[in-house]
Amino acid sequence: MTALGTTGTRLAVRPTAVAIAKRIGVRLIAGVGVLWGAATLSFIALHVTAGDAALSTVAGQGANPTKEVLDQVRRDLGLDQPLYHQYLDYLGRLLHGDLGRSYQQRISVSQAIGEQLGQTVQLAVAAAVVAVLLAIAAAVLTARRRPWRSIASGVELTLSATPTFVIGIVLLIVFSFTLKVLPVSGNDGPRALILPTLTLALPIGAVLAQVLRSELEEVLEQPFILTARTRGMRDTVVRVRHALRHALVQIVTMSGFVVGGLLGGAVITETLFVRQGVGQLMLSAVTTKDIPMVLGLVVFAAFVYVLVNLLVDIAYTLIDPRLVTR
Amino acid sequence: MTSLLEVAGLKVAFNGTTVVDGVSFTLERGECLALVGESGSGKSVTTRTLVGLPGYGARVHTDRLRFDGTDVTGFTDRTWRRVRGARIGFVLQDAMASLDPLRPVGREIAEPLALHTTLNRAARAARVHELLESVGVPEPEVRAAQYPHQLSGGLRQRALIASAIACEPELLLADEPTTALDATVALQVLDLLGSLKGNRSGLLIVSHDLAVVARLADRVAVMKAGRIVELGATDAVLRDPQHPYTKALLAAVPSAHAKGTWLSTVERPAAAAPVSPPAAAQPGRPVLAAVGLRKSFPGPDGVARVAVEDVSLTLRAGETLGIVGESGSGKSTTARLLLGLETPDAGEVHVDGTPWPALTPEQRRAHRRRLQIVYQDPLGSFDPRFTVERVIGEALGAAGHPRGARRERTVELLEMVALDAGHLRRRPLELSGGQRQRVAVARALAAEPEVIVCDEPVSALDVSVQAQILDLLADLQARLGVAYLFISHDLGVVYHASDRVLVMRDGRVLESGDVRTVFTDPQHDYTRELLAAIPRLTPQVAPPATPLGVG
Repeated sequence: MTALGTTGTRLAVRPTAVAIAKRIGVRLIAGVGVLWGAATLSFIALHVTAGDAALSTVAGQGANPTKEVLDQVRRDLGLDQPLYHQYLDYLGRLLHGDLGRSYQQRISVSQAIGEQLGQTVQLAVAAAVVAVLLAIAAAVLTARRRPWRSIASGVELTLSATPTFVIGIVLLIVFSFTLKVLPVSGNDGPRALILPTLTLALPIGAVLAQVLRSELEEVLEQPFILTARTRGMRDTVVRVRHALRHALVQIVTMSGFVVGGLLGGAVITETLFVRQGVGQLMLSAVTTKDIPMVLGLVVFAAFVYVLVNLLVDIAYTLIDPRLVTR
Repeated sequence: MTSLLEVAGLKVAFNGTTVVDGVSFTLERGECLALVGESGSGKSVTTRTLVGLPGYGARVHTDRLRFDGTDVTGFTDRTWRRVRGARIGFVLQDAMASLDPLRPVGREIAEPLALHTTLNRAARAARVHELLESVGVPEPEVRAAQYPHQLSGGLRQRALIASAIACEPELLLADEPTTALDATVALQVLDLLGSLKGNRSGLLIVSHDLAVVARLADRVAVMKAGRIVELGATDAVLRDPQHPYTKALLAAVPSAHAKGTWLSTVERPAAAAPVSPPAAAQPGRPVLAAVGLRKSFPGPDGVARVAVEDVSLTLRAGETLGIVGESGSGKSTTARLLLGLETPDAGEVHVDGTPWPALTPEQRRAHRRRLQIVYQDPLGSFDPRFTVERVIGEALGAAGHPRGARRERTVELLEMVALDAGHLRRRPLELSGGQRQRVAVARALAAEPEVIVCDEPVSALDVSVQAQILDLLADLQARLGVAYLFISHDLGVVYHASDRVLVMRDGRVLESGDVRTVFTDPQHDYTRELLAAIPRLTPQVAPPATPLGVG
């Protein structure tokens, strides 16, 4: 007899706190690097394409400023310093968590973002949840089930190929102007959130559904799915309990795409539905050349990416225990 | 008394292609029936149809399909679900893929209990431990909480069996239950399956390997191309096979009786194409040697694991040295060290008397050419977009063949492995498993090597195809004087193919010597254990053996 307990067997290694902490530590260091890169690149980009920041700062007051006034403003903003000096200054302040002051709004960038963040987070989280739920439902119900598969797939292709603002306008025409069941714009109440959420969620959900379905169909070919069915389990239960978890790894991997879609989509959606939020803030900062505000928003967006990727990494180990022992 | 299972005129087709073509058999309570056939014979589809899961897009027609006297042809999925897992258990091949890798095995085993019984969570957990114990899994409480990848192959397969028998089904279907396992472990699993079959329940076991199931089955059904060509008591089928296909299958098994004989009944490879044997092929000269090889790899926890420890060997020109061992024994690492693909931590590899490290990169390349390799899975070792011509052309290029003469030489090489110019334009996916392995051999021959390392060259092949490849290798050795290092987990194959043999376990050589001596008079306990686990065709059959060289 061979010793059964020893042939190639290792004892269970649970996802230990140490292993996870180590992973997070590495990711954190990489995240700081990403943030620094994002700040540097946007700093360079803005100065290469720069017009006169001082002019745009005072022009907001409707005056035709004299050269003395402009020089004064430049000195105040540090724009008379050499570029590397401005850059190091900027990084130094960033290290202390100071994103600078908005040229336009005369408040700190952090404060401006903070004021607008709530609305956008509400919209983004609602849209993300709706997108993921729609994708899961579409994929689980239609994977390898003709003809539903082709129908759902066609709808998804159309949605993911349609620009966000077109989707928003169509939704407005149907639900606000024709059926008059939902408000056209505004920030008040959950009813005003429905159309913007759908506008943002549909294209993202459509792409996720496509990925999820193809992944699910691959998993459904696996022998362990057959095994589960030979135990007398219902097909739909097999899909949800056995196949979905494998396919979800793909969705988690795509969360970078989702966050990007949400941020980009928020700009359009908030404009279209005249909602306040970070998207609107971003748009106005770019059009008015509010450099600290744009830089601040870029660093903020990079921060969100880093944070999400960190969470994704933890999510992987929770979904797939094999990753920890490997 | 009705039969447990009655099948008559079962036909299954996918997209108009008939896969199962009129299969009929019965299975009684307390009986074990084996369904034997090569890949594509329709045995797996037959089995799956018995639980109403023939597969996606299948069309099923049957004259009669009764389980325990009940006609199941009209069963809806809902009715089937009450039978599956409860009254019919199903064990699939390779538990690594057949158990959900993201769930602890205990939860998998508890699943049929949750579906078919009223046991509460605690009672189910208790039953899971009981089941694991009954299938011979030690420390069931610990194992139940582990994931499939944390268990050894044997324990995984036992866990899978536990999940199939959780509700004490009357019929157990086992589709290739031991194929992914090492011989000694396979033997234990087979014995377990045999012990589970009581007086009340029936066992249907599906396998490509007649020798494996012969041990367990009361009756054998041999399948070919969707039909049962022979069905009878195991003894009778083995002793006196009636159908030519059964005879060919039995003759193809490379166990002791066939050593020094051709295994396959097909045409011999065409008479020798003009081949120049390697100039320096005097028999007896050592072409490849290793002294005191040692290699360790860091494990997942950072602790080094020794893969190869103190391995020494000598391969002489024109002979075959077999290395036999189970998975994890260090066979493949030894091969990689010999080929210079890994650097040993200690010890030396000598090619033609010169150690690898003493060679300049230039000389190493020249030496590499003299050592070629044939892998287990030729599909994985070919670029899927390359045609056969390009696969071999590339090898010829690496061997320094002038571009102009390559095509002619490629056809020559293909003829040596019994393929023709018609195969030049095919891609790997358009070839059968046996043809692919022939191309792999042709590619190895392109460099006119003195040594070919064959790493499990026939393990992925059906037994009749395996026989042809083994014959081909023997034929090429006789004609070209090439030496083989023949690595396999299959003792029957190693015995058939080798002159001398090394038995490895846990990275060490336990025993070595002339293959006949080692196999008839093993000195080490482990070798004896391995030999005892060789599936034997009982009673010993003596198929008409063609002596080597004839034909």
